[in-house]
This record gives sequence, C-alpha cells and structure tokens, in this order.
Amino acid sequence: MPYRSLLLKLLSAGLVFGAWEIAGRIPVSYAFPTFLESMQSLLAMTLDGSLFKAYAETLRPLIVGVAISAVFGIVLGLWIGLSEKFDWLFSPIFIVMQTAPLAALIPLLVMAYGIGLTSKVFVVCIMAMPVIVLNTAGAVRNTPFSMKEMARSFLATERDVILKVIIPAASPLIFSGLRLGISAGFIGAILSELKITPTGVGDIITYSRSIADYPAMYAAIFSIILLAVLFLNVLEKVELHLFKGNNRGYASD
Amino acid sequence: MDNAVSVRNVSKSYGEVEALRNLSLDFPRGQLTSLLGPSGCGKTTLLKIIAGLIEADSGEILVDGKTVTGPGPDRSFVFQDFALLPWATVLRNVAFGLELRGVAKAEREETARRFIKDVGLAGFENSYPHELSGGMRQRVGLARALSVDADVILMDEPFSAVDEQTRRKFQEDLLSLVQNESKTFIFVTHSIEEAVYVSDQIAILLPRPSRVSEIIRPGSFRQKSVENIRRDSEYLDIVDRIWASLRSYVE
Amino acid sequence: MYLFGYKLPGMSSLLVWGALWELIGRLDLTFFVPPLSKVIVTLFSIIGTPAFLSALGDTAYAFIMGVVFAVVIGVPVGIFMGKNRLLDELLLPWVNIFLSAPLTALVPVLMVLFGFGVTTIIITTTLFAIWIIILNSRAGVMQMNRSLIEMARCFGASPLEAFTKIYFWAALPEILGGIRIGVIRAVKGVIIGQLLVSIVGFGALFELYSSNFLMSHFWAVLVVLFALAFTISELLAWLERRVAFYAAKR
Repeated sequence: MPYRSLLLKLLSAGLVFGAWEIAGRIPVSYAFPTFLESMQSLLAMTLDGSLFKAYAETLRPLIVGVAISAVFGIVLGLWIGLSEKFDWLFSPIFIVMQTAPLAALIPLLVMAYGIGLTSKVFVVCIMAMPVIVLNTAGAVRNTPFSMKEMARSFLATERDVILKVIIPAASPLIFSGLRLGISAGFIGAILSELKITPTGVGDIITYSRSIADYPAMYAAIFSIILLAVLFLNVLEKVELHLFKGNNRGYASD
Repeated sequence: MDNAVSVRNVSKSYGEVEALRNLSLDFPRGQLTSLLGPSGCGKTTLLKIIAGLIEADSGEILVDGKTVTGPGPDRSFVFQDFALLPWATVLRNVAFGLELRGVAKAEREETARRFIKDVGLAGFENSYPHELSGGMRQRVGLARALSVDADVILMDEPFSAVDEQTRRKFQEDLLSLVQNESKTFIFVTHSIEEAVYVSDQIAILLPRPSRVSEIIRPGSFRQKSVENIRRDSEYLDIVDRIWASLRSYVE
Repeated sequence: MYLFGYKLPGMSSLLVWGALWELIGRLDLTFFVPPLSKVIVTLFSIIGTPAFLSALGDTAYAFIMGVVFAVVIGVPVGIFMGKNRLLDELLLPWVNIFLSAPLTALVPVLMVLFGFGVTTIIITTTLFAIWIIILNSRAGVMQMNRSLIEMARCFGASPLEAFTKIYFWAALPEILGGIRIGVIRAVKGVIIGQLLVSIVGFGALFELYSSNFLMSHFWAVLVVLFALAFTISELLAWLERRVAFYAAKR
C-alpha cells in the first residue's frame, strides 16, 4: 500500500485526538476540555500574538543555555574522551550529575542567582550538559581501533587522527547527545518557569490554571510538546543533510 | 636476490605471552611473500611491526636498507576488516592516504579515480561503504593502499572477510597485480591453498615459540594461466605437504 | 589512570572533588556550600528523624508504584509493538514524541486532573519512565535472532512456551537495560513531581530547608537521594550484567 506509513501516522494521530475529544465530551473531568476546544484556544493565542511573545520569553534561557552546554559540553567531552587523566577526573562528576535528580537544585539556584535569566540559563545547563559530555566522551573513547590504526598506517599525525577520524566517527553519537541534551534543557526551561517565575509559556499555563481556563492551559502544553518534537525532528534531518555520511546503515553490515 | 624488507632477530611479548622470539626473515623485492601459519603464531604481529604500527621489543626491521621506526611512505597496509571511513565516499576513502600526505585535492582525486578504475569500481566513486558489498569494500581498501605508491604493500588476511567466490577472484587478480607492479607484497593468511596460489615465497610460521619453520618457493606453476594452477600437481603436492606439517598444530 | 604504577579505581576522583568541597566550605566561599563534613554530620543526624523518614516513605512509595506501573505496562506494550507491525506503526510515533518531549509540561495537567496528592506523583513517575522501557523492550524483541523463532517453531513449541522459554530470555538483557534507564528517569520524575506539587515527600523537605536557609540539611538530603538513585541504578546494572553474559552471543 503506497503512503502506508504516512496514512498510519495520520490514523494514529486521528485516534488519539479523537479519544481526547470524546474524553472531553463525557467529560472525564470538569478540568478536561475537548480537543477542539483546546485547538480553538491555541489558534486564538497564535493569532493575537500572545503565544509568540510567551515563547520569546521561554526560549531565551533555553537557547542560551543549550548553546553554552553544547559548546562546553562537546569540548569537555572530547577532552575527556581523549585524555585518560581528564577522564578519571571528570567522568565521575558527570555520571553523578546524570543520575542525580538535579531538578532539586532549582530552588537553590534561585536563591543564589535570583529569579532572572541567569538562574534559568543555569538550570538549562545543569540539565543539558551531563548527557552531552558523556555521550561525546563515550563516542570518542569507542572509536574503532582499526580505523585509528589505518590512519596511522597512512602517516596521519595525532591532529589528523582526531580531526579526520575520531570526531567524524563520533559525530552521530555527539548529535544524539545534543538532541538528548536539548530535551533535558527544555525540561529545565519549563520547570524553571513553572517553579521560579511565571514568565513565558509557563506563565500561560499557571495563569490559565488559576482562572480555570483549561482549554488555554492544555493548548499551551500541547504547543510546547509540538514545538519540542518538531524541533528535534528538524535537527535530525539537518544533521543527516549536512553530514550525509552519518546515515551509515546498520552496524551489522 | 635483493631484499626489500629484512627482519632481524625481532622479539615481541605481550605480558607473559611471547608472540615473536628472535625471528629473522627476508622478503625479496618485487615478489609476494606469504606469512602462513595457524592462529597464534604471530604473523599479524610481525606484519604490524613491519608496518611500524607496533614496536618490537628487540631486533630491527630494515626496509630498503633503512631501519623502521614507525609508519612510513614506503609501506602501505590493507586491513582485514577494510578499515574504511563509513562517513566518506569511496572517492574520499581511496584518496585518504594522499590526503594525509598533504596532496592537493584536485590531484589526489584524479589519482584516486585512476585506482578506483583499476580495481574495477568505476561508477561507485560517490557511494558510501555501507552501500557496497564486502568484496567491493576491500577493493576500496586495496585501491587506497595502491594509490600512495609505496614500495611495500602489507596485507593482513585481506580476503578473509569476503565470500568464497569473491575471494577466488581476488586471488586471481592479485597474481596479475604482483606481475604488473614492481612492488613487494607481504601477505598474511591462514589459508594454505591461498598461500600456495598467490605466493612467490611462503614462510611458514609456527607458534609457541613463534618461529619460521620452513620457507617454500613454489616453482613451475607460477607461469601457468590462472585457471590451471589449482590442478597443477606441484601445487597440490605443496598444499598437502604444508597441511601435513601444520596439522599437528591445530587444536 | 595510574599513579605510581597502581591502577586507581573507577570513581576515585570523587575523593578529590570531595576534598575540594570540604575546602570550599571551610573557606566559606559561598553561603550556599557548607563543608562536606558538616553535610555528612547533618546527614546522619536527620536520617532517623520522623520528618525525613516520612518523606522517604512517601517518596519511596510513589517511586516504587510509579516504576511498577511503568514496567508492568511498558514491557508488554513494547513486546507487542516489537512483534506486531501494525501496532508498532500506530504507537511508535507517540512513544518517540513522549520520549523526548518535556514531560514536565504535563505535570500541571496531572495536578488539575488528579489533585495535589500522591496519585499525581505516581503518574508523573510512570510517565517519565515508561517510554524508554517500551522502546527497549521493543528493541529487545526486534533484534532477536530470527533463527531462534524458526527453531522454536521447528521443535513444536506452543506460543506460551516459546514466549516463556525463548523470547523472554532473548529480549531480557535489552529489557533490563531499558528498565535501568527508566528507573533513573523515574527518580527524576518523582522529584520533579514533588517539586511541583511540593506538599509531600522530599520535594516538601527541599522547599522547607531551602526557604529556611538550612543549607547543610538541604545538601544532606540531596546526597541521600543521589546515593539511593545511584545504588538502585548499580543494582540494576549488576543484574543486567548477570543476565547479559549471553547477550553478546545474540
């Protein structure tokens, strides 16, 4: 059946949104609006511009935080992957950071740095960096030995090996680490808005909840999830387009 | 006979295990010498020491009269698992050795294209390794090793990871390659038939301790056409002889 | 990493960081970082207190329930997705969406629907953990050696026998890996849930300590939480290793 995959995706979406609509009509709870009501509210917020203003607020710490985490995270990850000393010194810290529920630090950060952009950027960074660092370090360390040996046999210098073999070989994992880091950063951004200061989209959520405007609340949440998903998918497509060689088929070939 | 490569009293241990002990061997110029033996006899270790990828504990390797201290432009290597860059096209992979030597892009791509054609992969310049079969991937590896124009080509069981039919074709092609190029080939294998088929000289290595037990120089059938070699009686005799002596070393 | 020829154990650099922490605390560089020794002393003093124990109890309850639901629902769903293409094509997009979506955004919805209590926290925990469990269970089934399936049919195994004697064990290493990651996510989930609901468990304790500037207490609780999360994770990793001895041969 042609277009089977697309049809099934549409069917799947249709089933879920349909179930949402039905659940809203029953209603499952007074606080559960229907799908259509929520979409209406979403449309209204988009058209009157309030949604864009809110996202401008929310995305600021996210973008800054992710940019910082990406740059520092990848550099740190490379260093850790390449140097045994660095690995011994820093890996445990990042492993701890990844396992620990760092979200608990948020109130602390707020106390230390106030409720402004700085603490939100901090939150995004502590959520995003560990996974970027660890993925990068792991990918570097697991570069196939035979490839490095091959490069040496063709007279590659240390620099050549790092730039032409290790980093390209690690790039799919680095990118997936980036995507995971961005997801985690997103969680951090939303969390800091719900918990620290009501701004941006977090504010729409808390405010509409307090005035019992549930369609608006659900609409905002829907938009967050939609945005996150779209962005990550676009990122993946961009990676595959820019780095055509990253689509490497299966390792079992 | 002029020797391109001389191994003199080379020893190498890995902790307790003695991979090579005081091994000496000569490799005549312009010919193909096989290192044949059961697993654990140190043949790949010796090959990598000659390549300069591993350092010997003692002894020395002379290539064209000069001592080996590391990888050099006079030797190139063909890997058992192909060792291709999966994110690079065939063209870039073949040109990789030249790229590392600083050759300009236009020039190295032109050279690469020539060798891609020579190994029979014309048309696949822009394909990626995962789109190719095992045999094609090894041809990329071979083209890469040839394109840097080294005097000595080292091959580490290059045909063991491809299917039997492709392997036979490779062996036939290797014979004409050795004849047409004036390079020295050192070839590691554990297949007796393969060694007798392709080699001008076979060095049989035995393990524990690793040593050269015998050097065989197949004679008359080298001149025969490729289809007839496998039925030549000298060929079959040598194969049987080698198997008889190696048999006891297979656990 | 070697020092004077001796191989240093894995996480030993934490000792260095611990010493650094102690130093920063003693030098009183910032109010927010008390010396490690003070934190440890506080830790032992609060471990037995009723406030701590009740918080631990609440959190443990929510965490365990959340993980149990995630496993009990997630593993079968993942297995069915791995075996049935239609189901897989219908559900996979949603699993992928929720895996990378900021699930935190859903918590306000849960609070509105299920109130400010432990139920919300359990559901949050389940939601955080379940997606990776589903994906890994699915992967465990999908990467199963086809020959095993053919062998089972050859030797006349009934569907139930095939499942319990072969498929389950073949997929188990992957499933356990998914559960391990799911558990780590569940810890995050239970904390985030408590932070946002903040009436129960450790979330409430964090609120209490931070608003009263009891820094040592705050860090002590954080350290305990981390130690628990780490122990559980290592336990699962150990279990995974014991099961996975045959995984490489798949």
